[in-house]
Amino acid sequence: MSTLILAEHEGGELRPATLSVVAAAQAISGDVHLLVAGKDAKGVADKAAKIAGVDKVLLADSADYEHEIAENLAAMIVSVADGYSHIFFAATAAGKNVMPRIAAMLDVSGISDITEVRSDDTFVRPIYAGNAMATVQSSDAVKVVGVRTTSFEAVAAEGGSAAVETVEAAAISDQVSFVGQELSTSDRPELTSADVVISGGRGMQNGENFAMLDDIASKLNAAVGASRAAVDAGFVPNEYQVGQTGKVVAPNLYIAVGISGAIQHLAGMKDSKVIVAINKDEEAPIFQVADYGLVADLFDALPELSAELDK
Amino acid sequence: MKIIVGVKRVLDYNVKARVKSDKSGIELANVKMSMNPFDEIAVEEALRIKEAGNADEVIAVSIGASQSQETIRTALAMGADRGILIETDELLQPLAIAKLFKHLIDKESPGLVILGKQAIDDDSNQIGQMLSVLTGMSQATFASKVEFDGDHLKVTREVDAGLESIKVSLPAIVTTDLRLNEPRYAKLPNIMKAKKKQLDIIPVADTGVDVSTGLKVIEVNEPPKREAGVIVKSVAELVDKLRNEAKVI
Repeated sequence: MSTLILAEHEGGELRPATLSVVAAAQAISGDVHLLVAGKDAKGVADKAAKIAGVDKVLLADSADYEHEIAENLAAMIVSVADGYSHIFFAATAAGKNVMPRIAAMLDVSGISDITEVRSDDTFVRPIYAGNAMATVQSSDAVKVVGVRTTSFEAVAAEGGSAAVETVEAAAISDQVSFVGQELSTSDRPELTSADVVISGGRGMQNGENFAMLDDIASKLNAAVGASRAAVDAGFVPNEYQVGQTGKVVAPNLYIAVGISGAIQHLAGMKDSKVIVAINKDEEAPIFQVADYGLVADLFDALPELSAELDK
Repeated sequence: MKIIVGVKRVLDYNVKARVKSDKSGIELANVKMSMNPFDEIAVEEALRIKEAGNADEVIAVSIGASQSQETIRTALAMGADRGILIETDELLQPLAIAKLFKHLIDKESPGLVILGKQAIDDDSNQIGQMLSVLTGMSQATFASKVEFDGDHLKVTREVDAGLESIKVSLPAIVTTDLRLNEPRYAKLPNIMKAKKKQLDIIPVADTGVDVSTGLKVIEVNEPPKREAGVIVKSVAELVDKLRNEAKVI
């Protein structure tokens, strides 16, 4: 038995999500191998080889993998998939785009978004926005799995010394081409791996008011997130969304500001260690999951909070 | 060109799921059921494409129990032209659903299939991607904008760091994200008209598709509950607690 993981990387660095997927894979019997597919990806492969607990790195170095095109990555993975009992992905936008393709190509079920490995064939995954946890068992020859990265503590990025083996790039699809991207640039920590997250909801009233959250985020080295309502209203872009269908976060501290706490939002943050809610409506459901609630108008509370953090 | 849209009947998004006491699943008797919200967006997008002159027919497809006819009728009331229900009382895994969709696609030859990126009940997010493999149709998931460009689509996709655009050849499978559009409400006269639209029901056994899969649900449990916390009186008290009690800042 052995597990193959699709490593995620950008700008020459591994994404933190991959370290959590390695942690999940370590609960499975056998070796853990990483596939690094990318353009000029030798440097990333060398870094992947140092991850604690990784036994081998496969490097597919080709310009065809500069962008994460699902068809091309899937063909690459399947070309080296022989012999693996498990194929793991991070449940990121990129991972979710590819994982089900691998399952279909191998004619097996995909297992989305696992939060626990019970045994080599049994996993736990949230359903109904995390309002229920399903224990599922697979009798398929290969288990194709998406891993909810916040549920597994990242392994150390250093300490391993795996061999890097170069593999042939696979044929690419002529049905799809990359056109362009608009990515957010921020000096802040990445939302899904930040220790502190401060999120705003509809109560923020407009995008400009998010500057108040930015100010506090700077003081706490926090990432800024948002509820669906705030994203739909155009206050902030889609990549801020925390929730059932956006990003799932589990920081040490989550501060929800002007967020009522719909089921769908709670699904994305209720595993945070400490939750703070600031809302002027004392009936807001967010208070039912908050460790510390403050019933206050956010336009009074945020400047006060900013001042208090300076003390 | 025909468009097929998938519509799933799910527990309404405002209703909190309750785990059955025998741990076999979720209590769905006597609770409000609705169309999966991502599928409403799929129907809306298909209708807009048809209204813009890029498609001739919108077919709403559901795979599930007999009551899924109501969900298809909702799509027909929004403006879809006809419906197909592949009827089964079993809770099928995404791979089986994808195979049943392929069965219909082989018969109907749509130029475009639009599905929700995920259903809010099992949260799998798999069927569109699987269907792309099974049919050989191009894949464009998590769409926030779909534009026609001759025999191609330019699709703007929501990714973790922002937005990405890809160009895919038709026929294609698109899965919808939340910002693609705002679905219309069905108007009363259209709800009446929808009752007369064609809705074919195909028992799953008649498709000849093998719907067995290697994944089974052993049990369903309640998630761990969070303890209710405390209400603090002031910002100063909050910061004090975070610093000295929770020790997180």
